[in-house]
Amino acid sequence: MSDTQSHYTSPTFAGPKAGQPGRSFADIPPVKWARANLFNSWLNTALTLLLIYFIVKYAIDLVSWGLINAVWEVPGNDTRACRDIRGIGACWALINEKFRFIMFATYPYEEHWRPALVIVIFLALYVVSAMRRFWNRKLIAIWLLGLVAIGVLMWGGVFGLRYVGQERWGGLPITLILSTFGIAIAFPLSILLALGRRSDMPAIRVMCVTYIELIRGVPLVSLLFMASVMFPLFLPEGVTVDKLLRAQVAIIMFAAAYLAEVVRGGLQAIPKGQYEAADALGLSYWQKTVFIILPQALRLVIPPLVNTFIGLFKDTSLVLIIGIFDLLNAAKTSVNEPAWRGFGVEAYIFVAIFYFVFCFGMSKYSQDLEVELSRHRKR
Amino acid sequence: MASRPQTVRRPPTAGVNLSLNNPTVRAILYQIVVVGAVGLVVWYLVSNTIENLETRRIATGFGFLDREAGLPIGESVIPYSPADTYARALFVGLLNTLRVALIGIVLATLLGTIVGIARLSSNWLVAQTARVYVEVLRNLPLLLQLLFWWTLFRDLFPGPRQAITPLPGVFLSNRGVQLPAILWQPGYGYVLGAFVIGVIAAVAVSRWAKRRQASTGQQFPVLWVSLALILGVPGITFMAIGAPFALEQPELRGFNFVGGVTLTPEFAALLVGLVTYTAAFIAEIVRSGILAVNQGQWEAALALGLRRGQVLRLVVLPQALRVIVPPTTSQYLNLTKNSSLAVAIGYPDIVSVANTMLNQTGQAIEGIAIIMAVYLTISLSISAFMNWYNRHIALVER
Repeated sequence: MSDTQSHYTSPTFAGPKAGQPGRSFADIPPVKWARANLFNSWLNTALTLLLIYFIVKYAIDLVSWGLINAVWEVPGNDTRACRDIRGIGACWALINEKFRFIMFATYPYEEHWRPALVIVIFLALYVVSAMRRFWNRKLIAIWLLGLVAIGVLMWGGVFGLRYVGQERWGGLPITLILSTFGIAIAFPLSILLALGRRSDMPAIRVMCVTYIELIRGVPLVSLLFMASVMFPLFLPEGVTVDKLLRAQVAIIMFAAAYLAEVVRGGLQAIPKGQYEAADALGLSYWQKTVFIILPQALRLVIPPLVNTFIGLFKDTSLVLIIGIFDLLNAAKTSVNEPAWRGFGVEAYIFVAIFYFVFCFGMSKYSQDLEVELSRHRKR
Repeated sequence: MASRPQTVRRPPTAGVNLSLNNPTVRAILYQIVVVGAVGLVVWYLVSNTIENLETRRIATGFGFLDREAGLPIGESVIPYSPADTYARALFVGLLNTLRVALIGIVLATLLGTIVGIARLSSNWLVAQTARVYVEVLRNLPLLLQLLFWWTLFRDLFPGPRQAITPLPGVFLSNRGVQLPAILWQPGYGYVLGAFVIGVIAAVAVSRWAKRRQASTGQQFPVLWVSLALILGVPGITFMAIGAPFALEQPELRGFNFVGGVTLTPEFAALLVGLVTYTAAFIAEIVRSGILAVNQGQWEAALALGLRRGQVLRLVVLPQALRVIVPPTTSQYLNLTKNSSLAVAIGYPDIVSVANTMLNQTGQAIEGIAIIMAVYLTISLSISAFMNWYNRHIALVER
């Protein structure tokens, strides 16, 4: 959690000489390449051989565990075949059996096509948002449309769809909902907080600084506990708010503080002349902020923003601790049944693939974007 | 509510301008409105809370801290029994948090530095292995990794009777990791004292050598003398008291191990998870720090006739550290805050103890206030220390 800040992007001026091991296989003959990059000194030769030994050894172990000796199917819940090869082979039969549960948790079984479609919509929204030619007003409309569709599909109750309460939602859609809404709502809040922190008005500045530092000083777990046990006390008698919504509020509060610091970094990087020029044109504070400062500041911090998004995406897994069925909790729960107890490693590896694909995709995207935006600036 | 005067120049003769066009007046008004709105919301929440606490008959205040906890804690640095008070239980939890955080910070720094340097290795295979390590670990949620390690330690390791022994005296089993313990001998106090004296002497020598070099230009082999003082003095003391040394080996008795040091599966999983995860981030910081030092610095220093070791120690490292320290600080803070995930795998850290406590007493507000206060204190102390260190190494512009 809370490494939100710190997906470290590659340094801007990476020297071409230091630490750029030769990459081009194409230009150099393999033997020469290997000599230059693997066996150029006694120490490196020893290191290479040692590493090759370990990599080969563990690769063989892994392949024999994960593929050769693995059990792919068992009849019903009869996991004897899996238990016989514990530690020697993986029990992928678990994924076979529990796939639907891990993906959708307790959502009614015959309605599973709805959360599946929701996942597809989310993915489409992400892909569209990543394309720079959609970066205009149309994107907002697309998002609103997408979110309405997601709401209709998840809740139902209209168009002849059966109503499904939030307490039955689970699996990957929950992870996507928590992170998408968390970021989408926290982001505007964070801009306000960052502006407040740099405001001339002392009362507002003090409040923003207090909020940001307070939230950043405590772990997300404590905020989630607060959401699960303290929020109900805050509300008037008789009013209850769903647990999922409370967790969402906690994540938004947390995300806003971290994003605010990133945005502040962008605001600080804008040269003073821009502020002064805007003032000289007679723009009001909000005109200056919205038309002059923010477009430049946000563009500067896109890479760290994406890195913070990655951190937040990973952090949504913490709702497991207060008992919400996100993807990770669904995997954890899938091995609670006595027949499947003890095959947690398989379940975790399976969901790890999902998290990895999302996070790695985002971080690759942010690196490409960084290159593209800096090229744009150089011209 | 106070307001700082705005940077707008008022005509000196005019009286107080109270119109809304006066930015100072507007600023004050805005602040009154915002503070008032926030105050109202807070007042609303607090009054609701008080009402709810009354209707649900939940006690308030920290009086429960003196009551008997009746809550068993799996592992503790200090003696503890369920008959002790809640205050002591919380203290045990706090010590457990600090224990895993401190050991974790040290190990993560070591591993992170190694991986970070490995990423810059001229050996392609080493660099790629380090890269894969960093990419995989950074892109998976820490909680997932913790659960993975915990399951591995608990479910896939054999029972104590078939424990794996990678080194003599070290046992890996589903009861955790057993290590031999060094038994405390009567003379060890002297050795510890000698070590402190050695460190003080080394500091004194290096100060003296610096002054002498500044005034006369003569160099002094500070490194070797310091090493000799720090290691030699306690070493000689150790020999002088007759080199008493004994290991307590863990032994399998019945169904479990007796003796030695035991790391529970929970502690081992938490430590391994935190260290490997944080090390991936520290590795990237170290890598970018080293890359941030211009190649020209190396060449210039070598041209001045410094040896490679000297270049690294006197020229490159001081500059790299300036880039490395601030983000590393936030990694240390993250590691400490991340140790709160212990609650998910049942390691009794402060969050886990406070959570059990608030379930038992029903006093949620106090429980969460304690957790937050503890972490705020830890966060502020670490950042204060690291800020001090950062100032110490920061570039002094002349």
